[in-house]
Formats: sequence, structure tokens, C-alpha cells
Amino acid sequence: MNAEKLELFEVFIRSKRGLDHKHAGSLHAEDHEQALEYARDCYTRRSEGVSIWVVKSKDICASQEDDAESFYDPNDDKPYRHATYYVLPDPVNNM
Amino acid sequence: MTENIKNATLEYATCLGDDALVLGHRISEWVSYGPFLEEDIAYSNVALDYIGRARLYYGYAAELANDGRSEDDFAYLRSDRDYRNLLLMEMPRGDFAYSQVRQLFADVYATLMLSQSVKSADTTLAAIAAKGIKETKYHLRRSRDWVLRLGDGTEESHQRTQRAVDQLWGYTHELFDMNSSEQYLADHGIGVDVSTLQAPWHQMVSDILTTATLKVPDSSWAVRGGRTGYHTENLGHLLTQMQIVHRSYPGCQW
Repeated sequence: MNAEKLELFEVFIRSKRGLDHKHAGSLHAEDHEQALEYARDCYTRRSEGVSIWVVKSKDICASQEDDAESFYDPNDDKPYRHATYYVLPDPVNNM
Repeated sequence: MTENIKNATLEYATCLGDDALVLGHRISEWVSYGPFLEEDIAYSNVALDYIGRARLYYGYAAELANDGRSEDDFAYLRSDRDYRNLLLMEMPRGDFAYSQVRQLFADVYATLMLSQSVKSADTTLAAIAAKGIKETKYHLRRSRDWVLRLGDGTEESHQRTQRAVDQLWGYTHELFDMNSSEQYLADHGIGVDVSTLQAPWHQMVSDILTTATLKVPDSSWAVRGGRTGYHTENLGHLLTQMQIVHRSYPGCQW
């Protein structure tokens, strides 16, 4: 057991049945089992959750800041992808 | 409730409160000294569970005594000879392996004891046990996990864990002793007959130790005395630290 060899895990907590798991934070642990226990002890001690997911941080593939231009900018000039772009006929009050 | 049963139950609740408080205090000695932050928080949670359990038992003892004493009087104004905790609970913090082995011994014991205590004819004792068993199942999951990791870990962790097992083993025999008062309560369906727990305890602990590549001691060397107030020198040191504020400033509120 060597504290330097611990792995980093991301913790996701579901606060109530029916809601999504939300990212709560991260922690160090030796393996998944221990990560789940520490997630319970570090992130649900004030009754924040009914379900926990843990995943190794290194297993998350994240988008890169450098890609922002090519990822997101091309969508800025495509307002027709929003429902609000369309004029609704009068009989339709709400959509 | 007859006077005899009331007195025996008062004594019994005090014993169980002492076990919980003394072990809870020992675990709290790890606060800010844990091997890493996550474990520090996790083990502190366990300490809080035990101290909470002590409050419930002392609160019930105070209610039965009905002599103006509160849970604080039970915790802070009795000296070592008045304490009735099992010796295992007062053994020093030791290294991390030592604490986790003691924890495993205590958690397996608590699991077996509380599973019986939930059926107590005394509804208060049954309710305290029902709350405690949920906490204890989690404590056992942790201590079992640690003993497996440390026992089957590095050469160093294996040696330290085996040493802890060998050093603490002699203090486990007393867990299953019954005095006449405890027997009286067990006969009335109020207390747990802990003598029946020795075989399942031994089985559960042996399975875990063996899986952890540790040797189960076969020595019959046994130390006894906690339930009669004959303690090791460790308890006095623990109490001086735990009680100093309350005794220096009696009745202080903040």
C-alpha cells in the first residue's frame, strides 16, 4: 500500500431516484471497490446520494480546448437547429 | 420492569456504551493522521458512528438510573475502575495494521452481537441494535477489505498485520465471557448470550485471515478483566485525555 501509487477516480452521485448521476468530485483509491467506499464516505456523508458511480479519471476521454474552434464554432451560424427559429402558426400556442 | 431487571439492564447498557465510546475514541485518534485524505475522512466516519452509539447506550442507562445523571456523566465522570469496556477496545492505536486488525475483530463481534440484540425483549436495546447493525455492516466491509489488502500486500504490510493479529488475539477470548448479570438478562431474552458467538466469530475471522494469507493464532494465552473494571494501563491514559476538558471546566457550555 503506497499512497503515491493510488489512482485518481471521478465520482458521480445520483441524489434521488429518477434523477441523473452528476459529477461530484474526484478522489484517490487503490481500485474501484475502494473508490466506491471512499466516495460513500467523502461525498454522501450528508445524505447526498442514493447511487454512486466511480470511474478511473484516465478512462475518461475529454475534448480538448484546442479543438474548440472546429468543434463548436460551426454551429453558431445554424440557428435553424433551434425550435425558436421557426415562426409558429397562430393556432399553436405552446410548443 | 422489575428492580432486578432494571439494575442489570442499566449495567448492561453501560458496558455496551463503554465498549462503543472507548473504541470510538481510539479510532478518533487517527483523525488528521490517516495514511491519506480519503481514508482519514472514512475512518473518522466510523469513529462518529461509535461515539453516536455510545450516546444511545449512555442515554438509556441515564434514563434507567433516573438519578439526575446524564450521558455526559457516564462518559466523563467515571474513572478507569468504573469503566466496563472489553480490553480489546482500549488497546492503543498502534500502527495502521494494528488498528485495522482490532477493527476487524470488533466488527465481526459487533455484527454477530447486534444481529442477536435486534431481537431483544427490551425495545430500546433492540432499536439501538437495529441502527447499529447497518453501520457495522459497512465498518466490517472496510476492515475486512483492509486486512485483506495489508495481509496480502507487501512483505512489510504482511509482517505488521500478522504481528497485530498475534498481539491482539489474547484479548479476544474475553469477548465471549458471560457474568451472572449478563446471564440473567440473556435468560430473560434481553441480553445476548455472547458465549454462543465464539464459534461463528472464530469461523468468520479465520476465513478472512486465511484469505489474507495470515496465520490464525492457536495460542490460548488470554487476558481478561474489562467487564469487572480491571483494565490495562492504556485505559487510564485514554480517559485522562478524553475527560480533561469536562473535568477542568465542569458544566461548561459553548
